[in-house]
Amino acid sequence: MADPTYETHDFDVIVIGAGGAGLRAAIEAKARGLRTALVCKSLLGKAHTVMAEGGAAAALGNIWPEDNWQVHFRDTMRGGKMLNNWRMAELHAKEAPDRILELERWGALFDRTKDGLITQRDFGGHRYARLAHVGDRTGLELIRTLQQQAVSAGIDVFMEVKILRLLTDAQGQVNAAVGYWRPTGEFVVFTAKAFVLATGSLGKSWKYTSNSWESTGDGVAMAAWAGADLIDMEFVQFHPTGMVWPLSVRGILVTEGVRGDGGVLRNSEGTRFMFDYIPPMFAAETADTEAEGDRWYDDHINNRRPPELLPRDEVARSINSEVKNGRGSPHGGVFLDIASRRSAEYIRRRLPSMYHQFKELAGVDITAEPMEVGPTCHYAMGGIRVDPDSAATTVPGLFAAGEAAAGLHGSNRLGGNSLSDLLVFGRRAGEGASDFAEAHAAAPVVDQGQVRAAVDAAVAPFDRTGGESPYDLHHDLQQTMQDLVGIIRTESELREAHEALGKLRERAERVSVSGGRAYNPGWNLATDLPAMLTVSTLVATGALDRKESRGGHTRDDFPGPDAEFGKINLVQRISAEGEFSIAPEPLPQMPPELAALFEEAK
Amino acid sequence: MGDVTMNIWRGDPEGGEFVEYVVPEVEGEVVLDVVHRIQAGPAPDLACRWNCKAGKCGSCSAEINGLPRLMCMTRMDELPPDEAVTVAPMRTFPIIRDLVTDVSFNYTMARQVPPLAPRQPEADGTYRMQQVDVERGQEFRKCIECFMCQNVCHVIRDHEDNKPNYAGPRLFIRYMELESHPLDTNDRRALLRERMGIGLCNITKCCTEVCPEHIKITDNAIIPLKERVVDGAYDPIAWLGRKILRRTRRSAAEAAADAPAVTAPTLEDEAEAAAQAAEA
Repeated sequence: MADPTYETHDFDVIVIGAGGAGLRAAIEAKARGLRTALVCKSLLGKAHTVMAEGGAAAALGNIWPEDNWQVHFRDTMRGGKMLNNWRMAELHAKEAPDRILELERWGALFDRTKDGLITQRDFGGHRYARLAHVGDRTGLELIRTLQQQAVSAGIDVFMEVKILRLLTDAQGQVNAAVGYWRPTGEFVVFTAKAFVLATGSLGKSWKYTSNSWESTGDGVAMAAWAGADLIDMEFVQFHPTGMVWPLSVRGILVTEGVRGDGGVLRNSEGTRFMFDYIPPMFAAETADTEAEGDRWYDDHINNRRPPELLPRDEVARSINSEVKNGRGSPHGGVFLDIASRRSAEYIRRRLPSMYHQFKELAGVDITAEPMEVGPTCHYAMGGIRVDPDSAATTVPGLFAAGEAAAGLHGSNRLGGNSLSDLLVFGRRAGEGASDFAEAHAAAPVVDQGQVRAAVDAAVAPFDRTGGESPYDLHHDLQQTMQDLVGIIRTESELREAHEALGKLRERAERVSVSGGRAYNPGWNLATDLPAMLTVSTLVATGALDRKESRGGHTRDDFPGPDAEFGKINLVQRISAEGEFSIAPEPLPQMPPELAALFEEAK
Repeated sequence: MGDVTMNIWRGDPEGGEFVEYVVPEVEGEVVLDVVHRIQAGPAPDLACRWNCKAGKCGSCSAEINGLPRLMCMTRMDELPPDEAVTVAPMRTFPIIRDLVTDVSFNYTMARQVPPLAPRQPEADGTYRMQQVDVERGQEFRKCIECFMCQNVCHVIRDHEDNKPNYAGPRLFIRYMELESHPLDTNDRRALLRERMGIGLCNITKCCTEVCPEHIKITDNAIIPLKERVVDGAYDPIAWLGRKILRRTRRSAAEAAADAPAVTAPTLEDEAEAAAQAAEA
């Protein structure tokens, strides 16, 4: 093929992804006076952050003055089953309050306490009411505030551009990114001194997922292809409460705020089954009677929290087990009941989106009847390995933040810690990338060979006829991951998954598409498939090697946690030749003063 | 269950037509589900936007049986049975392909909104705001930017020439949100009157009727803005009084110092600048 024609744009810092982390990173780089651009796959303001519901966790102490960063740090580490990067958890807990107050200065209108401060809501795994929120549409508030701040700062935004590959120079430094405009299908190359990946999740490889079409793991895959280290890929969070019926909405998120605000889980026999699933690690702080659990909402000091608010991994596994044992709801979930526990007015005020979502999509009035819910693929704890302070990846010139990055959440993320993660590490990635860009003056030289390879691979499906449909391939990938690399895993199924993924990768070589390049969803999906197949393989590889159960990784054949596995990250790499490798590395050790926080608490 | 018949507009900026697709009926589906099944089957290149599929992102706006709706929130079983369902792109915006339109007009107008200019915090460094005061702005911040209010607004739906000087309902609620923001000190009234066309709206309430978030766009944003713009034009003291009464901690001089309107380039300015650059 002849040299492809494409337009080029040069900046100091380019941020790929315009959810919370990407927007916050771009705002930081722009504030430093650097030429900054945002590149995103959808329209600005539509990124997956918009779907976050419950709130952003920050130890503001507005409801419970007893709360502080040390308690938040401890909750985050325990929620992640101590596999978290301690330094990230420390920075996150310390800086989250400042980031929330910054949003307030930029126009966010959080719900208030009687004293006029930001009010905070209870969520699973958080010792105190800690989530700043706006009803149950906090993500919308967060993305809109950041979007408006970014726009008024004059950041250049390239909307509906899909990035295919990162390009590297002879020293291995990332110096360009090649992609295409979705509306026209024309190719575009961005050059910059530093890149930030803020591309979010990879959940679109599963059948039942709360993730949108964009969550195809682009950033994680592109970083790996550029030689970056990945960690903890085996940890995928299945949110306990997704919608289960009608089938067409299966997987859509039902906020944890329902339980934070008093909702309880019941099985088909009407039993609050979560009392039967309290793990020893959390027994000391979890109510063992319904009466105590109910008192806790008004008095956190003298009562222990209800087991419905255990961390998400515990609740999701428990629901799974109830359904498996024949105590599920008619459509294969369990009942989430707030109607019998709170007034209709309270429910509509606190959970307006949930009220409308069930009313309009399922014909269910949640103020009068229980919801049917079940686990849904929600969040990737694993991803790109980053330096905690600068968000630098192991590849020069490349930074990562938000869900695409890994470490903060360990093996399981607490609800509410994602929005605060985006803000804290989005800002740090913007700062890290700015420092790097300022230290590197030379204009990048693009390797035309790498551009051509990326473009050739992208247009290849047009040159084939009668091959595989990208939609069929995606469907089969989702079925494979759902069936074999789901919430409960076992060695034989994981081996089966690897075999199936190998076949899917072969089939991907034969994908063909029809029509033109302008806004062609079939082609767009075909160009998303390589990343989806790569991240799916990485998750299955990590899952096979981690022979224990911990957080968002449950092995039927190794049902308990293993002390030795509790000391390591599984690090994965893809070589320039495309070979996958995996190796354990010891976790960074936290300093004694932080370790002491866990001693005191016992 | 039987089949459903969909008449979906297919085309590009050069033109297009409705194309019929017949697919099996599936219980509980929304229009977007059917569009997705058509993509996975007979029309893999059928273009539409979507993201969240839960009415939260505002990407999948279309005209369904002639009415602007979110495809993800329109259940098939609420549409007339035994009749073909027509799905067309929003008419007010230029076509890109099939159901996808060029909504950049809305982003251009959003760039021209002078941002929040917050007052000083309280002595303890916090901002104190009462729930009742934030709720006024929260109504407008529910907006998911589906742009259906812009799509049905008569001022621009059939009058392309009005677009450069008309912010439209989506942006009017943004202006009203800032106007009612407990922390804001900016004055955007001159901008609204002279360049954003607040006077052009003739209050037909079409925008309110189509809002999927049920924001009372006309009653709670456009009419109050019109009043404030008129009040301010005749009685700046009344306006200043209203601003100061809301923020007792600030002196009148401080408020006045923050008040001058910020001017951002309009589409016209940009076109002019581009023309000048081209000449140079």
